[in-house]
Parts: sequence; C-alpha cells; structure tokens
Amino acid sequence: MTSASAAQAVPPPLLEISGLSKRFPGVVALDDVSLDVRAGEILGLMGENGAGKSTLLKILSGAQPATAGRITFDGETYQPADPVAARTAGIVTIYQELSLIPTLTVAENIFVNRAPTGALGLVDWRRMRREALAILGRVGLSVHPDTPVSALSVAEQQLVEIARALSLGGRLIIMDEPTSALTEAEVQRLYSIMERLRREGMAIMFVTHRLEEASLMCDRMTVLRDGRLAGHLMREGGPIPVPRIIEKMVGRAASELYARPSRRDIAGPVRLSVRGLRTVRAADAPHAIVLDGVDLDLRAGEILGVAGLVGSGRTELARAIFGADPIAEGAILLDGVPVAPASPADARDLGIGLVPEDRKAQAIFAMLPIRQNFSIAAMDLYSGRLGFMSGAREVAALSEYRKAMSIRMASPEQTIDGLSGGNQQKVILARWLARDPKVLIVDEPTRGVDVGAKAEVHQILVQLAARGIAIMMISSELPEVLSVSDRIVTMRQGRISGEMPAHEATEESLMALMALESRPGEPA
Amino acid sequence: MTSPVAHRPIGGLNAFRILKQFGPLMFLLALMLVFAATNENFLSQLNLFNVARQISITGLIALGMTFVILTAGIDLSVGSLLAFCGMVAAIVAKGGAANTLSLSSNAGQGYGWFAALLAAVLVGTAAGLIQGLAITRLRVPPFVVTLGGLTIFRGLTLTLSGGGPISGFTPGMRWFGTGLVGPVPVPVIIFGAAAVLCHIVLRYTRFGRAVYAVGGNAEAARLSGVRVDRILVAVYMIVGFFSGLAAFVLSARLNSAEAVAGIGYELTVISAVVIGGTSLFGGIGGVGGTVVGAALIGVLVNGLVLNNVSSYTQQVVIGLILIAAVAFDRWLKLRAGT
Repeated sequence: MTSASAAQAVPPPLLEISGLSKRFPGVVALDDVSLDVRAGEILGLMGENGAGKSTLLKILSGAQPATAGRITFDGETYQPADPVAARTAGIVTIYQELSLIPTLTVAENIFVNRAPTGALGLVDWRRMRREALAILGRVGLSVHPDTPVSALSVAEQQLVEIARALSLGGRLIIMDEPTSALTEAEVQRLYSIMERLRREGMAIMFVTHRLEEASLMCDRMTVLRDGRLAGHLMREGGPIPVPRIIEKMVGRAASELYARPSRRDIAGPVRLSVRGLRTVRAADAPHAIVLDGVDLDLRAGEILGVAGLVGSGRTELARAIFGADPIAEGAILLDGVPVAPASPADARDLGIGLVPEDRKAQAIFAMLPIRQNFSIAAMDLYSGRLGFMSGAREVAALSEYRKAMSIRMASPEQTIDGLSGGNQQKVILARWLARDPKVLIVDEPTRGVDVGAKAEVHQILVQLAARGIAIMMISSELPEVLSVSDRIVTMRQGRISGEMPAHEATEESLMALMALESRPGEPA
Repeated sequence: MTSPVAHRPIGGLNAFRILKQFGPLMFLLALMLVFAATNENFLSQLNLFNVARQISITGLIALGMTFVILTAGIDLSVGSLLAFCGMVAAIVAKGGAANTLSLSSNAGQGYGWFAALLAAVLVGTAAGLIQGLAITRLRVPPFVVTLGGLTIFRGLTLTLSGGGPISGFTPGMRWFGTGLVGPVPVPVIIFGAAAVLCHIVLRYTRFGRAVYAVGGNAEAARLSGVRVDRILVAVYMIVGFFSGLAAFVLSARLNSAEAVAGIGYELTVISAVVIGGTSLFGGIGGVGGTVVGAALIGVLVNGLVLNNVSSYTQQVVIGLILIAAVAFDRWLKLRAGT
C-alpha cells in the first residue's frame, strides 16, 4: 500500500465519508451521510436505536457493502470486500460482542491467523509471547500472554481486542458501546487508554449511548437520526453539553408519522402486577443483563410503553413474565392471584401472550404455511378429539383476522417468509389474539415493518386495548412509545427508572431517564 | 417501496417446486424403468414383493426416524436397539431365558407371539424415553446420546444372549415375517399401515404440527407455547417403538433373533429419510418421502443384484446416491430461492 501521507500543512482527514447510503428492500437504513475522522481525535457517533449507526459500522468494517456514496481512507478509495480487507486497510472495529476465541490464549488471540513462524514454518511461540507482552503493555494490561481468554473479565478482553487492533497496524479503531458492560473503575481505565492512543495519533470512532461519557471523551460528534445526518457537534472550550446532544438526536417535533391516537379513558382493574422481580445471573453468562427488582402494574385496557436502551432489561422483563427465562425472586400476580409460569406454555395457558423482539429468530416458522404459523399457539382451539386439527376452523379464524387486520396475503397455504415484515407481524399478532389473551406483551412491534404498516400495527394495538386487553409495549422508538402508549415506564440497568403518563412525556424527558448516568460504583 | 402483497406466488406450476416435491419419486420410477429394461425378472410380481419385504424392516424404523430428523435430531442407536428388542422378544416368545436353547417351536411352550410383540415395542419405546430424557434433561446432543445408545444396546444384547442366536418360534409368530395375505407379504402390510398412520399423525394432528414447528424453529416453538422438550422425548419414543416393531418382524422372518442383527441399519435408515427429502436441519420433509427413499434404496440394491453387481459396489452406489440426492435438493433450493 502506498502512503499518501506526505508532509502537508493541514493533514487531510484520515477517513472521509461522503453521501453514504444503504438501502434494504423497503427500508432506507442510511441516507446520504457524510462525516470525517482525523488522526489523533475521538469522534463520537451518536444516535438513537435505529438511527443508522450499526449500518454505518457494518459498512466501515466490511460486513456490508454500501448502496451509494464514497469513502476514502488515508487518501485512497476505501471499499472493503470483507472484514479482513477492512482490517488490512487499517480500520479495526471492536464490537460490543467481543470476537475473541475464548478457548485460546491471549497471545494466540492477538496473533490469530498470523502467528510468527520460525524454521520449518512452525509457530515461534517465544517470539509470539514476547511481541504479545509488548503490545499488551501499550494498552496497560498486565496478564500473562498464555492466559486463556475465557479467564479474563470483559474489560480485560476488550483490552486484548484493542491490543490486537494495534498489532494489526490499525489506524482507526471503531468502538461500539465499549463501556456498556464495564464497572466504573474499568471505564476509567478504558478512558485513559483511549486518551493515550489519541495522543499517539490514533483515530478513534466512539459509539455510545451514554451521553455523559460521550460528552467527556469526544472531540467532535456526528449525530445520526432516522438514517440521516442530524448534524455535527464540536468541542468548544469545554465538553459538548449533553442537552445539545439530546436535541440533535431527537431533533424533530412530534413526528408526523405517528398520529397520536385520541386519549382514552382507561381505568380498568390491575391485570398484571410484578413485584420485586429479579432474574438469575447464569454462571455461563456472568455479564448478561439481569432484572434487579422490577415493580410494575399493568391495567386492563391500557397500553403501557416500556422505553429503555438496549441492555436496560426491557426484553428480559418481557421474557421473565412470559416464563421464558427463570426468575430468581419476586412475584407475578395475574388478576391479583400469584402465578408462576415456568415455561411459555404455562404463561400461554394463563392468558399471557408475547410477540417477541426478533421476528425471524423467535416468532416465525419461515418454511411453514401461514395457516400453521397462525395457529401454533392455539392448536387446542382448532383440534378435536385425538388431537386432529381442523383445517377448516383454522382457515375460518385466520380469514377473520386477515380481514380485521388487513393482512395482505395470497393464501393461507403460502409460506410466511413470502410476506412483508408488516404482514408477518400481523400474523404473529393474530397468533396470540386467537387465544383472546388477558395480557399481551409486544417487544419491538414494528421492527422491520415499513412505515405504512407501522401505523396499522399501532392502530391494531389501540383497538386491542379498547377491547380490554392489557398491553405492554416495549420499543426503542421513542415516537412510537409516545404516540401509542397511555402510560410510559423507562428502564435502566434492570430497574424501572421512571414512570409518567404518556401525555406528560417528551422524547427529551424519556431520553434523560433512559440514558443519563447513575452508574453504581464497583462493590467495595 | 414494493407492493405489500406477497412477493412470492404460491402453488403455480413452478418446475422447481414440482421437482423438489416429486424428485425422489421420479428418480425411483426412472430407476425402475432402467432395471426393467436390463433384466426381465425385475418387474415380476415375485421380485417386487420381495423388494417390498426387504425394505419393510428398515422402512419401519425410517418412519420413526422421520419424526426425529424433522425435529433436527438424529438416532444412531436404532440398529443396536433392534437387536436388543429382537432378543427380548425371542426370550419372551420362548417362555423365559431357561428355554432359549431349545430349538423347538412347540406352541404350548412360550408366552406366545403377542407377549413377544408387546415386549419388543415396550422395550424399544422405553429405550427411546430414556434417550429422549437424556437429550432434553441433560442437554447432551442427540448425536452423542444415541451414539452411546448404539454401543449400550449392542452390549446389552450380547449380555442377554451370551452372543448366540435364539431360534425356533411358533408358526403364529413366524407368520408376521413370512406370511402372505393374498400375494402380499405380511411385513409389507405392517409397513404400509404404519406409514399411513405416521403420515396422518404428522400431517393432521397437533402433535405432528408441533414436530414441524420444533424442527423449523425451536425457539419460536417454545415462545409459542409448544412444550418442546415433551415433543423431543416423544419422537425418540416413536423411533424406539418402531425399532421394537421392526425387531419383532425381523425375528419372525428369520425365525431367529441374532445378537448381531441390525448392524449398520442406522445408516440405511437415515439414508432413506434423507434421500426422501427430509432435511437434517429439521422442519422439512415427511413420511411420503421416506417411503420413497426406502424404496429407492431397496430397488437399487435389488436391481444391482439382478445385474450381478457385487455387494461391494452396491455400497459405493448407495453412498453416491445419498450425496447426489442432498446436493440436488440444495441446488433446487438455491434456484427456487432466486
């Protein structure tokens, strides 16, 4: 690779992105985004969930090609064919989900696929350890290179990833939510290493939800909103003020996409109560998100919006109530009666339904017909003695929902993967409505659903609530939470961090409850 | 934005779709044409029923294996379990371990064919229950549990029999292996009836729906309220049941239970299921395909024998066909997907 970094008065940006777009069928994930990063600076990449940060990262790390736009890195056109090409060019991405191989040692991970070899092409272990030790020193990590990675904490593993990035000759390190699983002391250590790398001339792109830390660390920020560039912020004298970041992230007045349904009088009895709910921290996943004492009431006929960042415990709450994850402590009361669903089947029999977050992985049976996708949770209602299914009754019920929800499909016998995301989601909603549930939990009900169908899904939820179903709606999209909910709770770090009627809430107030720091220190 | 209506037309005379559904059957018919052309004995009634009887034993087990593979599982223990169940059936038929050395088939001596049949299927089902529980409770992959079962049941069979065969059953019991109803061998009738029953269960019952759901997306099935572990235990019980039934029929046919019976059957059985189009990843396939797959292997072996191809070469051909069938399936999927 030729170097274009000849002596110049003002060094050009190391990375320059202009007019970058990424379109998926029916969705524009990234629309005409431009930004640049210079050597020796920390650029914050900010935005709500779904603003397009992940897509941008995927393009930069070579995981996905862009649809349009131009990227230059170090003066040369940058178009990585795959993640290996991105790393070779000098852009290393460190994801929240670390990519180390737990069974290998620290040194082996740093030199994975490119171990130094000696005579006969055999691995030169002594040189590998020596070089690993040197590079670990640069990130301030004092572990033996022969330690298996599985024995390290998440923070230490992260440093190993950074060390690997350095040893790969990375010049731009992209860090995706690096602090989300760290304790306060570990965060401080990471900051000081980021500072040191910056002084050494490294360019760092920092993606975080934690606004205070972003304000503290970043020289500049690029804010994305709905896949578009919302603006750039720059450090002037002091840190970039948090309110200015929020303003840019949220940006709009109440979006015209979300027509707020007329306010309804909902004073039904309390259907579902959750008291002091805690979940188990599994031994094999010590850093997974756990519920840490959740109290919640859900009334018949209301839509309770649950807002929270990824990792706040909102999905875990849904799964715990639904019997999908074991509960360590706490009580769930349904109509005042304590219940203990040990499995989703128990929860279903109690009258609780769940439309899960990840439709493809958790809800649909892609190769099965719509009819079977529809009736799977209510087969007892469509079968007679000996368990024989009545296809006629299934089809009759399905066609009712098809009409009521305007599910656009050709036939009940077509496989569900031929439907659009919105229509798939309606089928999954119908799956639960067929049981006439008391409580319906919907997790990201409009993820991967195009704009028109979103409004339809919202309308369906409002109608269901009007029928007396208690609905808990988890969503990353604040406009959705604001417009569809009657009442909103926010979650942070496995707890409820705030509650308010929907008409009193604003994106800013929710964002503040969701994202601002109150990180507990390390246990003394 | 694209139209919200389904992108993919259904039904329709899609050539790939037809090939996908009927590919194995078409291949079977083509193969029969070739053998009919090369050997005048192939299409004789006697030969065809002979083939049908030969595939009945592994075919019965393949029916059960279809359930297992539809859940994305596997059962490698069926051959050993068949030997074990056969041995148990033989001991019961002989009226206890003390009488097993007698070669006499005196009707008054044992507990009768019905007790033998019951013993075989009960032992098979119980073995399936134990393996199913090990898979679901201990979270050991099916491959490992049933690989263990393969060794365990063979060892138990040898222990039970002392290594030798138990021979000489009553004519009543032998009828299930060698009898005819009109021109049709009894094992073929048993296989046919079992296939119809399995087809109905898979296609038209809640249980069958759940099997496809678990194989198609186990997490989605669980979150839809399917008790996934129960379904998994049940499918291993079913394949165990059919291993027991096949053991009974085989012992009846050979008039003998052998400690070395069924060695390698697991591979023939799995081949039949896979050639029949059931996906090893679960959720796709069915009994119809399995019957065709079993028939395909049976016809292939028979035709090759009639054409004086050595049994060594036969194995090579069956292996090639297995790989070709799956490769063809993949290819169709790729083409149909675009």
